[in-house]
Amino acid sequence: MTVSINGVAHEAVPRGGQCLRTYLREQGNVEVKKGCDAGDCGACSVLVDGVPTHSCIFPAARAVGADVTTVAGLGTPERLHPVQQRFVDAAGYQCGFCTAGMVVTASTLDEPADEDLPRLLKGNLCRCTGYRSIRDAIAGTANTEKVPAGEAYGRSVAAPAGHNIVTGRERYTLDEPVTDLLHLKVLGSPHAHARITSIDVSLAEALDGVVAVLTHEDVPPLLYSTGRHENRLDDPDDTRILDPVVRFRGQRVAVVIAESVGIAEAACRLIDVTYEQLPAVFDPEAARSPGAPQLHGDKDPLVSRISAPERNVVAQLHDEYGDVAAGMAAAHATVSGTWQTARVSHAALETHGARGWLAEDGSLVVRTSSQVPFLVRTELARMLDLPVDKVRVVVGRVGGGFGGKQELLVEDLVALAVLRTGRPVQLELTREEQFTVVPCRHPMRVQVALGADAEGVLTAMHVDVLTDTGAYGNHAPGVMFHGCHESVAVYRCANKRVDAEAVYTNNLPSGAFRGYGLGQVIFAIESAMDDLARELGIDPVELRRRNVVVPGDPFVVAALEEDDLTYGSYGLDECLDLVEAELAGGGGAPAPESWPTGTGMALAMIATIPPRGHHSHVTVSVDTAGTYAVDVGTAEFGNGTTTVHVQLVAQEVGTTPDRVHVRQSDTGTAGYDTGAYGSTGSVVAGKAVQIAAERLHRELLSLAARRAGVATGSCVLGADGVALPDGRVLGFDEIIVDSLSADGSHDGTPRSVAFNVHGFRVAVNPATGEVRILHSVQAADAGVVINPEQLRGQIEGGTAQGIGSALYEEMMLRDGEVLTRSFRTYRVPQMADIPPTTVLFAGTVDGLGPKGAKSMSEAPYNPVAPALANAVRDAVGVRPYELPMSRDRIWRLLHDDRQESP
Amino acid sequence: MDLHTVEALRPAHTRDDLRLAAGETLLGGGSWLFSEPQPGVTGLVDLTAMGWQPWEITADGLSVAATCTIAQLLEPPAPPAWVASPLFRQCADAFLMSFKIWNTATVGGNLCLALPAGAMISLATALDAEAVVWTPDGGERREPVAAFVRGPGLTSLQAGEVLRSVDYPIAALQGRTAFRKIALTPMGRSSAVVIGRLDGDGGFTLAVSAATPRPYVFRFDTTPTTADVRLALDTVDEWYADPHGSPDWRAAVTLELATEVCAELA
Repeated sequence: MTVSINGVAHEAVPRGGQCLRTYLREQGNVEVKKGCDAGDCGACSVLVDGVPTHSCIFPAARAVGADVTTVAGLGTPERLHPVQQRFVDAAGYQCGFCTAGMVVTASTLDEPADEDLPRLLKGNLCRCTGYRSIRDAIAGTANTEKVPAGEAYGRSVAAPAGHNIVTGRERYTLDEPVTDLLHLKVLGSPHAHARITSIDVSLAEALDGVVAVLTHEDVPPLLYSTGRHENRLDDPDDTRILDPVVRFRGQRVAVVIAESVGIAEAACRLIDVTYEQLPAVFDPEAARSPGAPQLHGDKDPLVSRISAPERNVVAQLHDEYGDVAAGMAAAHATVSGTWQTARVSHAALETHGARGWLAEDGSLVVRTSSQVPFLVRTELARMLDLPVDKVRVVVGRVGGGFGGKQELLVEDLVALAVLRTGRPVQLELTREEQFTVVPCRHPMRVQVALGADAEGVLTAMHVDVLTDTGAYGNHAPGVMFHGCHESVAVYRCANKRVDAEAVYTNNLPSGAFRGYGLGQVIFAIESAMDDLARELGIDPVELRRRNVVVPGDPFVVAALEEDDLTYGSYGLDECLDLVEAELAGGGGAPAPESWPTGTGMALAMIATIPPRGHHSHVTVSVDTAGTYAVDVGTAEFGNGTTTVHVQLVAQEVGTTPDRVHVRQSDTGTAGYDTGAYGSTGSVVAGKAVQIAAERLHRELLSLAARRAGVATGSCVLGADGVALPDGRVLGFDEIIVDSLSADGSHDGTPRSVAFNVHGFRVAVNPATGEVRILHSVQAADAGVVINPEQLRGQIEGGTAQGIGSALYEEMMLRDGEVLTRSFRTYRVPQMADIPPTTVLFAGTVDGLGPKGAKSMSEAPYNPVAPALANAVRDAVGVRPYELPMSRDRIWRLLHDDRQESP
Repeated sequence: MDLHTVEALRPAHTRDDLRLAAGETLLGGGSWLFSEPQPGVTGLVDLTAMGWQPWEITADGLSVAATCTIAQLLEPPAPPAWVASPLFRQCADAFLMSFKIWNTATVGGNLCLALPAGAMISLATALDAEAVVWTPDGGERREPVAAFVRGPGLTSLQAGEVLRSVDYPIAALQGRTAFRKIALTPMGRSSAVVIGRLDGDGGFTLAVSAATPRPYVFRFDTTPTTADVRLALDTVDEWYADPHGSPDWRAAVTLELATEVCAELA
């Protein structure tokens, strides 16, 4: 008996405890994805005898004798299944990791009614899109367009990988075929804070199939940070590869390398560890108070760059501009409150994972799911004491990032294991590990006090931020400083004070997440602004108009700092107008009878590029057939930069998008790129692409002109070659031999500012606490819109994550132990949870970005939670101070008379 | 996910095959068993190989095999007198799980898992269903599902016992029902499920699940007033606390949903 997969009989006998997904992947059907491994996300959906099935919870043995159809069996890139074609046409994906399961599931639905889709697709999670484009795909709505040569810019060109994504052909991190692979598993700490007094690995080492076991005694003791930045000094060196002291539950204790995952897991269970438990602290306020256990008291504050290890403070800012006390005293009205945000998981559907091997020349190659391949390479070389040119980091298409992959979390262990064993080694984190040991969004407690005169002009602003960075300080300083930056700087106020501290606790580490701290602080400031508008009796939009910075105003946080941030363009006024008009227009869904309704808005500013350097070195080449290649170091994880780069080149050189190919995120082939964070794929790498394409354009014209003996200025580059004044076209093979290249680079400076304004109308059920979004609108100032459909997708996706943070998502911890360890308990929004959002664009042209564009990936998240909170406040008359505004919290808000600002 | 410690999967064809060796566990649909690590399990015994007829309409009502999938449970052509039949679909939709998992998850598996949010438990308790349990001596015992499920992950099953079927009595199937569910998200895992059943004799049954560690069934001679419901719910000794809702909220929304259920059936 055999298993038939897409019509091909397979003789391999399934193991008793094997799930069908693993069996299929072992047979080479890597189009079947592993997202949750628990039946919740649907990425592994296949048809078993025509019946849609989550293959990760289907015993493989039951597939014997059955016909299994995967997404690759439905159609090929050349001959798409009708549903696959619809997903391409609608742009019904971003990272594409969920798409195989979406397509398989949708293929079984017979023209479903749109209102029935949330139920039919509740077992298919997408973290990127916010689901609107997926609904469009299923409905057959086309959102992309084919464009003529030289007209790609500003059009809804489809992502180049589309056909491969919808047919399962696109190779993600662990999809390449490989032989002789070893597997690595990590034994995690059962304690939140403990010293390892002894580890006995003899039983584990003796287990058949175990190749090596590593403990802290076997690895270099150097200090580093998992958080990666262009400047490695940005993050504190407080982490060891394997540390004799563990500071959170699940922290690495020992590592097993074995012939199979099962053997490695069994060996982990045989490791005998003796711990001396240490006092632990889980609340950041307690952690910085006298007498609290010190997490990193053993570190040198100068060497490790920890601000005050004796108080568990990684980073701090206490400074004042003007005189806040005087500003408060002079105010006609003052408001204040304390807001709390939740711990949120990135929940990218592709878990962290890496595979390493030795190249023929003995150098180390690591293929990993990362946003920052070059930064990983640099730090790996440092950690392993290897020359940088002996380390190559390769990144395929990444199945979602959102900041979570601006880290070095698995690559170091894989590299060590490869060097130790000489064989290919893979580490793939489980979904449970994604929830329990991988960094999450920083929870923040934010106190805000505002004062204003009778006309609503701000007289004083005091922001006090406490961030819980967990056991390690990766991204702790950056998130804290950035969180307090544009959120405060967007308001013109003569007297400002910021007190901010990032504090270690024995919780899992917090890290980088879309918005990089701004979302948390903006939640508080924009809520306080709403209170101030109420206090003064001024419309909340009008109050913003009276106080926001306009071109010419300096950017002030706690001091006037002259740097490279400037107004490359300004569309905040337009965004405010657009949202105000849309909410006043009366659209949206009707409210359920007897539920109170309310409206709310909030704004956000963001710098278009991270500060202090972000570099990209790009090469654009053309061959004699007129096919262009772009070599660029930044990574694609659904952010759409590949499409943008194709559009930039096609527009510049007058060709069609299908003749431009992007080769990316490989340190072995591409020029240096700081990486895909801070929304830089378009404005830094894209700018470099633009520069390179312009140079190549000029060079082609110059060569053609010289060859034809005419003036360069009378030649025109087109898709088939260079048109001469006499009407003849010189083909590329008549201009160049083999190929021609040009380089471009950008250093990420100077930087511009972008704006987002979100508005909601909601209804609230006082009996249950349910918040229903009736109308949602976001206006974005992204400069010239490079690709309207993609930009809309980024804004919808950011809004969906914002709604998740605002209403649903919450990692629950008890004494540092994560209780929400699966998608069953951690509520990543389903299709049913995300209403449509009207997306509007300001009509600005940026003076700094590529062809007038600004970045717009992180920013859409930032104004969502406060806009929603303000709408809830408007509906029910009570201010929510805590995220998520879950039904039980809202219900309690309305039924607990003692409720006050905590 | 792969259950790496499992060395063998053997089909069960006879009652003798259901005797478990050390480390063995029964495999129904597998939708839960394969969804979490099972480090102590070394063998799987496939219950679906017993070949039990998924469901059977009898003179006494509806008999559902433990191995009947959720999808199969929605198949029976209900006689017109079974006015409670829409409740089957309402309960299936109450699951967090996808319709795709209806094709593998079983009724018996849901009962034996005994999670508060188990929608088949809600269904069975609201319709006075009985669990039919095979005992290791070759006999069988019957017990109301409301008693069979004792707490989160806890049933009355003793070592060697196997849930054979769930029998729905015809009287309950002929009752009018009203169904309410709430979760922390629109289609999320249930925080409270309240089902009312009004029988032909005027008797009223109120079944509460998901909000409590085990299902509760309250009987009334007639459709209760809100005050009656409040008194009944006051006897609940514990409201469930887990990531799907806090106990105080669950108590409040259960009363709200129960009030709605009573109003619908009044």
